[in-house]
Amino acid sequence: MKKKFNLQDLDCANCAAKMEEAIKKIDGVNDASVSFMTQKMTIDADDARFDAIMDEVVKVCKKVEPDCVILRK
Amino acid sequence: MSAKQKKLLIRIIIAGIIYGALLIWSTTYFYEDVIEDNLPEPILFFIPFIIAGIDIVIKAFKNIAHGQVFDENFLMLIASIGAYGIGEYSEAVAVILFYQVGEHFQSYAVGKSRKSIADMMDICPEYANVEKEDGSTEEIDPDDVETGSIIVVKPGERIPIDSEVISGESYIDTSALTGESVPRRAAEGDVVYSGSVNGNGLLRCRTIKAYEDSAVAKILELVENASSRKSNHENFIHRFAKYYTPIVTIAAVILAVVPSLITGDWAEWIKRACTFLVISCPCALVISVPMGFFSGIGAASSIGVLVKGSNYLEAVSGIKTICFDKTGTLTKGEFKVNGIYPEGCSEEELLETAYKAEKNSTHPVASAVCQAYRDRTKESDPGQGAKDTDNSLSDNKNISDSFEELPGQGISAISNGEEILAGNDKLMKLKNISYTHSDHSGTVVYVAKNGKFMGSVLISDSIKTESIDALVNLKANGVEKTALLTGDKKEQAEKICNELKESAKTSHPAFTGNLIDEIGSDLYPQDKVSAVERFITELEGRGKVAFAGDGINDSPVLTRADIGIAMGSLGSDAAIEAADVVIMDDNPAKIASVMKISRKTLRIVKENIVFALGVKVLVLILGALGIASMWAAVFADVGVAVIAILNSMRALKVDK
Repeated sequence: MKKKFNLQDLDCANCAAKMEEAIKKIDGVNDASVSFMTQKMTIDADDARFDAIMDEVVKVCKKVEPDCVILRK
Repeated sequence: MSAKQKKLLIRIIIAGIIYGALLIWSTTYFYEDVIEDNLPEPILFFIPFIIAGIDIVIKAFKNIAHGQVFDENFLMLIASIGAYGIGEYSEAVAVILFYQVGEHFQSYAVGKSRKSIADMMDICPEYANVEKEDGSTEEIDPDDVETGSIIVVKPGERIPIDSEVISGESYIDTSALTGESVPRRAAEGDVVYSGSVNGNGLLRCRTIKAYEDSAVAKILELVENASSRKSNHENFIHRFAKYYTPIVTIAAVILAVVPSLITGDWAEWIKRACTFLVISCPCALVISVPMGFFSGIGAASSIGVLVKGSNYLEAVSGIKTICFDKTGTLTKGEFKVNGIYPEGCSEEELLETAYKAEKNSTHPVASAVCQAYRDRTKESDPGQGAKDTDNSLSDNKNISDSFEELPGQGISAISNGEEILAGNDKLMKLKNISYTHSDHSGTVVYVAKNGKFMGSVLISDSIKTESIDALVNLKANGVEKTALLTGDKKEQAEKICNELKESAKTSHPAFTGNLIDEIGSDLYPQDKVSAVERFITELEGRGKVAFAGDGINDSPVLTRADIGIAMGSLGSDAAIEAADVVIMDDNPAKIASVMKISRKTLRIVKENIVFALGVKVLVLILGALGIASMWAAVFADVGVAVIAILNSMRALKVDK
């Protein structure tokens, strides 16, 4: 399943790249892309564990860029 | 300016004032006394330092706790602490202060450009006026409108969802979708696309799609996803950024320790190492390259061309061979009466006779004849027009009393007691009519009444005038080979090529090359694929092969070509799916425009890479030699980033 999330206060392009890298390493994530320009994140991950994976994603992103907030709808 | 940016700005200003005051004070005689007495200099300068840099300190500690050693906040902190440690208090504050000024400016510039790109794609409808059963309307989020609902679009409003007009008439501005500035007329029965703006008429429409399947949603999704397909340049920068920071950091450590052990001058070498740390962030590169591509994609969409990813925008500039489908791509794709040649009667009589026979047929040729007849009668004779414009084909059967379609020949009909024949040579010969053969290329319909030849009607597809511009401009932009790949017969393909050549003689007299280098006819979809494959091998990786087609039968070849270009596919999902570049209106000349945008974008991206890398390397070398100060390093970090961002913004402008 592919889902898109808006990001708030993603201020640094290098961080966006680092976040993308880190998210891709999470188990169950097939593909991920963080767009600095559109302030959006697309995550393609296993359906069944999507919420659990998202929790992990939020945690990983916090590590890389503490300021950036992922808006989970 | 966001709240976060404002806070930073206020802190910068306060810290700046204190710092300035300290600097002025430090030149006075009085200052020395205070310092010597009991207020040590490090504490004085610590005030502006902490005001300006508090967020850097906090972030640095947070990130260290998370194990992010090569974090620019942390490295920046180390650099300023280093400067502090060797007694360069004023310089340490200056570095932090200017780093923050740069960061602020950078974030402002990024926000600004993000907004101007977003404005350009501001085609998203905010609401739909849905008509309820009692006739009143209600504003509803387009997302929640069900297919088949009745919506009302007032003058000046954006059409929220793809729909069919059920009443009203207006001119629609589709420029947001197609880049085409001439408004299109829309009346009952026409399909209008979401994202276009209604002119001054009121339209009542029935939605034919859900919002998420409508043109505007598709386009927005496509453009948003475009930045996730990264170009080679972006991939290179990302790989580079991953190694850049660790390498510079390690170099800084070596620079601080090794020469110091030899010379014993720790202060000097630590200072030089600090310069290194200040430039350790690759941000300028990481921002400016994707931003350049993003701006380029924005520029393309402003002329009605959707590029599905940075990688495709990058590839477009390298097109060396381009293949075209014929019908609908180089030609208009509609069959029209292009000539009426009566013999012994008037043009109107001939057309009316043909119409009487063709009226009940659904063949494209017949439709063209009927359309031409209706167009004429509407203009010239309102009385007859009123009688006959009400022409759904099944009504009014009484005109043709009997009617027979002879496959591959034409039509034989009896109308008001007159026998009418309309068809090709074979029909005329079969019925023993003496007729004048027509040499015009296209489909010729010979018409005879009661055994007497009346003349012929020429029906043909015509070339788009833009096709010639397209071919000439493509050749001028470095395309080496153009090819026409069509499923049609050889004669028809050659005929189109000749027509193009003839028109080019008058419109582009200076052009001397070949408009079309190769013609492939009688091709099935798989033959087109193999033709494209042959072109790809021919180029041996020197350039890219593009295929431009209408996207309906051409999906396999659109996918196989390096760059698949779908034409005139507003509302066609299959084409948007298969192609890499989508031209929203039918204009093939836009391929050359996209090539120009692509070239410009690549040039800007390369400029940014060379400039940012060049300045960084230069400052690293000068820093190691002790020539460049930490100030220079701050410029190399944030100053370069800002300049590169401003440069990227140039890609947003389309050169005419």
